[in-house]
Amino acid sequence: MKEEGIELIKDGKRLDGRGFDELRPIKIEVGVLKRADGSCYFEMGDNKVIAAVYGPREMHPRHAQDAKMAVLKYRYNMAPFSVEDRKRPGPDRRSVEISKISREALEPVILKEYYPKTEIDVYVEILQSDAGTRTAGINAASVALADAGIPMRDLVSSVAVGKIDGEVVLDLNAVEDNNGEADMPIAMIVRRNVITSLQMDGRMTKDEFKKGLKLAMNACRQIYELQRTALIERYSEM
Amino acid sequence: MYKVVIPGDFISDAVDRAGEGTYVENGKVYAMHYGVVDEKEEIKVVPFVGKYMPSKGDVVIGKIIEISFPYWIVDIASPYEARLHMSEMPGENRIDFGNMHTYLDIGDLIVAKVINTDVMMRVDLRLMEDFQIGSAGRLIEIPYTKVPRIIGRKGSMIKMLKDKCKCFIFVAKNGRIWLKGHEEGMNIAAEVILMIANEAHTSGLTDRVAHILDTHSSRKKIRKVIKR
Repeated sequence: MKEEGIELIKDGKRLDGRGFDELRPIKIEVGVLKRADGSCYFEMGDNKVIAAVYGPREMHPRHAQDAKMAVLKYRYNMAPFSVEDRKRPGPDRRSVEISKISREALEPVILKEYYPKTEIDVYVEILQSDAGTRTAGINAASVALADAGIPMRDLVSSVAVGKIDGEVVLDLNAVEDNNGEADMPIAMIVRRNVITSLQMDGRMTKDEFKKGLKLAMNACRQIYELQRTALIERYSEM
Repeated sequence: MYKVVIPGDFISDAVDRAGEGTYVENGKVYAMHYGVVDEKEEIKVVPFVGKYMPSKGDVVIGKIIEISFPYWIVDIASPYEARLHMSEMPGENRIDFGNMHTYLDIGDLIVAKVINTDVMMRVDLRLMEDFQIGSAGRLIEIPYTKVPRIIGRKGSMIKMLKDKCKCFIFVAKNGRIWLKGHEEGMNIAAEVILMIANEAHTSGLTDRVAHILDTHSSRKKIRKVIKR
């Protein structure tokens, strides 16, 4: 619900000075955790996310093994200190749902049949949250999976669009998200132009939806380039 | 410098040369791994890291983790455990339910050959008698994808290491390396092997390794690093 008297758009600019189609600054670091098979630290504005990948490794419990392919497990978890009011630690309805949709956003690119009977664990920890953490999590997890040497068809990139004060804008921050009219996170495989996840809460007209989708898909392209650069540069500095 | 690729990068149009670590889609070859491209014969992508996948004929270094009559269960640095059947212990027919641990106990290291893998991902091993690790020497572990670099073209790298460090070096397919010799030689060998693993994607590596091994002063430097 919108608080009284909050103006989200002033002179064609948003509260943090961004234009409607502008992303927050992004920072990506690959291989930040020594003990994980693959890892990535991802910053998107005030969102700070760390992803760790372990595996493929022996699957437990054994009865959950798949004889034909690896099983992907994804855990999205918010640190208690990641939001203003302390979040009660542990899984809740929201994080279980986000874990599921994030896993399904990544599954289409992973060549799971190369490691039958194993599991691949992805742990995404939200250290600081400022709206759009699920998209930051997917971006981080996708880079961490590549870093772990997991066979993949492509990377996945993800971003949210929304509607504030009647305008379709890219990559909402927390104030905009809380006081806006709609929020729509998407994840896509950039090279193939395939959307692997799309959610929406709030209301948008058909035209606004189309406009938002176009905005988000273009932004995913930018994010993909940043993910790619981060991975390539890690091994070319020597 | 080798070309670094990420999953989904376009590599080539030569579909008939597509090899390991690549996939073909709409008549084009794409990378399946985060790694470097090797286009010598086939087009391959060698991943920087990864998990060893056992295949028939590989020689691996394993560690006994469980005794489950009539098998020894062996960890081979892979997502899959391997097993060594009692009858693969050559020349011994007195092995029985109760005394398997007197031949090989939990924690022992073995050199073994993969004699079979099946669709259930069961891996069968045979003991290689010529190599008995016992408690002598040292074991180091590197990503299995770097093993060809340690060995070098036609074994040039490993030969040089053995000569210069004056110790026995055994490189197994699963990325485990067994060193045996005098302390200083092993120290240098271990340090250089880890360096090769870290810089496997750069060119001119053999020359650099030769330089390090040849220069007496840099040998001392290596020793200092280890002491710290």
